[in-house]
Amino acid sequence: MELVKKYPKLFQWLFLLVVFFALCFAIDVPETYKFIRGQAEFIKDPNQSTYTLFGKEVRYYAFDNFWRLPPLLGWLPIWINDGLFFLLNEWMPMEFWDSATQEYKTRPLILQISRNITAFMTFLIEFIREILLGGVETIVAFTSWNFVSAYPWVKLPGLPWTIVAAGAAILAYKLSGKGLAIFAGLVMIYISVFGQWKPSMQTLSFILVAAPLSFIFGLSLGVMAYKSKRVEKALYPILLVMQTMPQYAVLVPAMVLFGIGDHAAVIITMVVAIPPMILLTLIGLRGVSPEVIEAGKMSGCSNWQLMTEVLIPTARRDILIGVNQVIMVCFSMAVISAFIGAKGLGWNLLLALNQLNIGLALEAGLCISFIAILLDKMSLAWANKQTDYFGNLTFYQRYKNTIFFGGAVVVGAILALVGSFFFKEGFNYLYEVPHNKGISTADFWNKGVDWIFDTFFVYIKAFNTWLITEVLQPMRALYLRMPAVATLVLVVGAGYIIGGIRSAFTVGALTLFIALSPWWDRALVTTYMATFGVIISCTIGFVVGTLCKQNKYTTNFMLGVCDIFQTFPSFVYLIPVMMLFGVTDTSVLIAVIVYATIPATRYTIEGLRSVPDGLHDAATMSGVTKLQRLFKIELPLAFPHMMLGVNQTIVFALFMVIIGAFIGTEDLGQYILKALSDKAGGGKGLTLGICVAFIGLIFDNLIRTWVEKRKKHLGID
Amino acid sequence: MTDAVIKCESVYKIFGANAKKMLQEANGNVDAKTFQENGCIVGVNNASFEVSKGEMLVVMGLSGSGKSTLLRCISRLTDATGGKIYIEGQDLLSLKEKELIELRRNKMGMVFQSFALLPHKTVLENIVFPLQIKGVETEKSINKAMDMVKLVGLDGRENYFPRELSGGQQQRVGIARSLAVEPDIWFLDEPFSALDPLIRKEMQDEFLRLQEKLKKTIMFITHDFDEALKLADRIAIMKDGIIEQLDTPAKIVLNPATEYVKKFTEEVPREKVLIIEDVMDAPTTDNLSDIKVSKDVIIENVAEKILSQQKSVAVTDENNKIVGTVNPSKIIHTVFGGRKK
Repeated sequence: MELVKKYPKLFQWLFLLVVFFALCFAIDVPETYKFIRGQAEFIKDPNQSTYTLFGKEVRYYAFDNFWRLPPLLGWLPIWINDGLFFLLNEWMPMEFWDSATQEYKTRPLILQISRNITAFMTFLIEFIREILLGGVETIVAFTSWNFVSAYPWVKLPGLPWTIVAAGAAILAYKLSGKGLAIFAGLVMIYISVFGQWKPSMQTLSFILVAAPLSFIFGLSLGVMAYKSKRVEKALYPILLVMQTMPQYAVLVPAMVLFGIGDHAAVIITMVVAIPPMILLTLIGLRGVSPEVIEAGKMSGCSNWQLMTEVLIPTARRDILIGVNQVIMVCFSMAVISAFIGAKGLGWNLLLALNQLNIGLALEAGLCISFIAILLDKMSLAWANKQTDYFGNLTFYQRYKNTIFFGGAVVVGAILALVGSFFFKEGFNYLYEVPHNKGISTADFWNKGVDWIFDTFFVYIKAFNTWLITEVLQPMRALYLRMPAVATLVLVVGAGYIIGGIRSAFTVGALTLFIALSPWWDRALVTTYMATFGVIISCTIGFVVGTLCKQNKYTTNFMLGVCDIFQTFPSFVYLIPVMMLFGVTDTSVLIAVIVYATIPATRYTIEGLRSVPDGLHDAATMSGVTKLQRLFKIELPLAFPHMMLGVNQTIVFALFMVIIGAFIGTEDLGQYILKALSDKAGGGKGLTLGICVAFIGLIFDNLIRTWVEKRKKHLGID
Repeated sequence: MTDAVIKCESVYKIFGANAKKMLQEANGNVDAKTFQENGCIVGVNNASFEVSKGEMLVVMGLSGSGKSTLLRCISRLTDATGGKIYIEGQDLLSLKEKELIELRRNKMGMVFQSFALLPHKTVLENIVFPLQIKGVETEKSINKAMDMVKLVGLDGRENYFPRELSGGQQQRVGIARSLAVEPDIWFLDEPFSALDPLIRKEMQDEFLRLQEKLKKTIMFITHDFDEALKLADRIAIMKDGIIEQLDTPAKIVLNPATEYVKKFTEEVPREKVLIIEDVMDAPTTDNLSDIKVSKDVIIENVAEKILSQQKSVAVTDENNKIVGTVNPSKIIHTVFGGRKK
């Protein structure tokens, strides 16, 4: 009994596990059970049962309710779909002036709104695109088709790549200095020389619209949430779900609302990129010390001045992280939104991956990653830039960047002109290196991949087979063997032990939602893949992080590496693994591991860093060895922060598992991908996305609650 | 109105959901305990005082005594729950947002304990900030700010960032910023508490030098009784939101009003605080010693001179007229007598 009193939590956990396993063994696999095809196939099977709710017929395989709960929420996706359809096509018909046909037309309100947004976005993207690549659309927008067809010379010439490259370098120089300027120039030259100019500029124009818009909306919503409790309360659940919502899942409903193409991609990107921006703005503003606010007020700031001059600049650090996130999300969406027809590098990447042309995919992927890193660094430099008040600058000094850019424009134009005489065969390399006419290393890489396959095929295959048959299959079977009731008990019990009734209730509700949806089995598969990735990622992350922390240089080096890797669009990770492991589950899992190790490592290093120096010295003076200090002092104190890292690792892993559906998995992601090509997929995609988000939120809730308690217990904030 | 620049009439600040209602029901008889039972915390309890032009009022109290809250009521960073506050005759609590901003832009300056500098701005930009907010043209405001930089002795560091400065230097920036708009009223909220003792002393001296020159109306908050004695024209001692005593340093040391105040004064070296006038006797016709002392000097500075005499010493005023006498035994009593063993 004394033992029980001494370690109450331990015994609670033991009791929970005993109950869980008892349930697992007590409930047999029913004979009618098949790996559920969640009411997907729409073929009536004699073994299926049905029920009708809200006028929707839901089919499912009947079996023991302890084993799997019936899909009582099966009507939800259909209902969402019908709701969307109704909103878009029937709700609130109104009269609108149609300028094309010069008459009033009756159209549902939402459809009209979505049309207008679409037109606006398309205009923005096209506008930037035509500056970079040339065209006539913008002129049409400002004049009319009649004008354009009357004058054949009317055509907006795109900027020659030399000018854009020089412009990027000069901008980088102005923002940061020589280093960044050289990098910017090299990136642009690389893009051009490798014949990726056109898709790159398409992607860039997409991002130049999506990123600033996301930033502005995110910042304003964040400020509003900071000012008003009510706005915050309204936004909070959305923020929470969006944090763990896979990006795929948003594609589907957005496609229903806005159609396909670049404009839809921009809107989806905004939907995904705004929540983290709001959250970080809010965190930043909350962190501003009250005295600084008071100092601002006493300086006589009006509310607007207080916000723009004091609060936002002081919260700059967190807001910058937000900007960083926005850029990251934009790039990863630039690839993912290729699924709904966004043009650019993402499209090429997807195409190449589909054809298993790893070399081409690698080139496109590198291009995206380089542009991502460049924009990331430039936005950071821009935010850190200082103004000099004492500059008694000469005219030349003041305007030297402008002068240089002017010079570059002239030189570039002349070069392009000269080029048009020089290159007779129709491709003016000094104007634009056409796609597929640049240098390509694709063959080299493809041969490399072939060589790796030829040489190491046996070993890779052996490893692959071993992993799948000995580790993955059994693990998957174990997950699927869990009766739904047992899983519920486990999750709710864990919630109760960690966070009490409230927490138990929250996680229980989240789990129940998934259990009652038609995709419980798929959710288990998703969880199994994510768990596998998380376990390995955390092991690697903890070890690497701890080792790197032992030395100042390796610490900084590792954080730098994490920064760069984090900037890569998530899709890019699939390229090298497909190179090595082909189209298998192993590929997905390895991509998951690589991607999810980033936060694990970063948080380990940051956690160890946050251990106060005083404790460090106190431990040393008590005569501990280095190892003792690590295990007795540093790791226990850093552990809560490291657990937050685990939390992030789970989110990253889930993202990658879902993206991995592209390679071919059997989980929720696969169904989301399927919903993309389904005409009535909107509701399904959204519901599936919510399921994935909820898996993330269950872990998020448990870990956060634990961390908060632990931190309070340890007396660190 | 008289020359009172700041005037408070029974100011209350009570934190809590239905503070206003409870204050009305209390009918001017606020008891912290009953309020606390009802979920309200009394910050400032019935504070009434005046600060006249050019005077420095030091509000002294330990943490939680409500001194900072009082200051924030008077600068209206928080709204007082009850009472009246007049700034140069203007009713502060009835000011609209716009008028309040105008008042702050032109009349008030404030220095903070943790400096509260804007981390993204350089020293100069921080000092320019209030001027920039006010809308002063750039060149003019930069010149003004450079004057301020020189005033607080930071020349050559105007392009540094706050994080590159020591605590003392940062507070100099804070002081310069608060003075940039040439305010009449100067609030200082524990400005030197976060500094090392040596730097603190240096800053106090510097502060006195500045005040000599600027003659601002000052409210100065501190938890350090010695600092209060050193700087104040008058001291208000606060406890649990109530002003226990408000008087000149000498009078507080000589006649502590409550037990609480006494605890502070006991350890104070009187000779450093009191001036001759505080201890002198009425002028007599007895035979006096040859030397004379001025009534305004601090005892410490003339103690040796007086103690070297056998007879009483004559005390003179500024017109060299004899206004009293001091006996050496009186000095000895002042320095050593009346302290706890």
